[in-house]
Amino acid sequence: MSAAPAEVDLPRSEDKTISDRPWVTIVWNDPVNLMSYVTYVFQHVFGYPKKKATKLMLDVHHKGRAVVAAGAREAMEHNVEVLHGYGLWATVRHDK
Amino acid sequence: MEPFRSVRGGGARAWLAEPEAALLRNLVSQVMELVEPEDSDTATSDDPTIAALEAMLHDPGSEQTPEDPVLARLLPDGYRDDPEAAGEFRRYTEPALRSAKHQAAREMLDTLPAAGGKIQLTSDQALAWLKALNDVRLALGVRLGVTEEFEAQWSRLKPDDPQSAAFEVYAWLGAVQESLVQALS
Repeated sequence: MSAAPAEVDLPRSEDKTISDRPWVTIVWNDPVNLMSYVTYVFQHVFGYPKKKATKLMLDVHHKGRAVVAAGAREAMEHNVEVLHGYGLWATVRHDK
Repeated sequence: MEPFRSVRGGGARAWLAEPEAALLRNLVSQVMELVEPEDSDTATSDDPTIAALEAMLHDPGSEQTPEDPVLARLLPDGYRDDPEAAGEFRRYTEPALRSAKHQAAREMLDTLPAAGGKIQLTSDQALAWLKALNDVRLALGVRLGVTEEFEAQWSRLKPDDPQSAAFEVYAWLGAVQESLVQALS
């Protein structure tokens, strides 16, 4: 079930990297999902360590949303599909 | 209920009284019906991976966000502020998402003894429980109009208000799910 983690810190090569990267996966706050569950999903789906997963969860909770991954459009759409499977409220955005 | 505890080697175990098991079966079955793939003949395999592939390769689904707010929350838009992209995304992902949610609910029902008692789950089964329980909480949460001030909403209700019982169930489901998350963490 766990998807290949989307690379957030891709090595920068001048030409292709920029045009390949302007898509992000956003998770929105909702009043139902448990904080512990959201943290668990971030760890399980993205392979993030607990500390990073917890920080992202708190960002979602306090700021209303957080960018949880960035990369190619297809990879972000895949993330969103997987997160919807877990009941998280996630969307793809072109990060201009 | 005895809350979930971790099991050596992965997975989790718990104990449910008969009425608790009956309540869970009822709620999960309702959500299962709700997310039932629109053309349920397409998935012919019991294997969830193959069933999801079948759903994906079949005719794409609708582009419209469901009107029912519960379904709209269970099957949310993949794009905000871009209806065209959201429609396209839904067309290609919603059938597989419905199928996956249906499968998680089915797996939970299969591992939930009708008479209650001991529940013993492998890691995969526990994951299905987490997802299915979460879908039930989402559905109930939307119907009850739950906000971040859930406790305050609940306490404002009179004890004999029928909604009060639903809030109690919602809170209980949260505790069950919380114990399962902790057992797996």
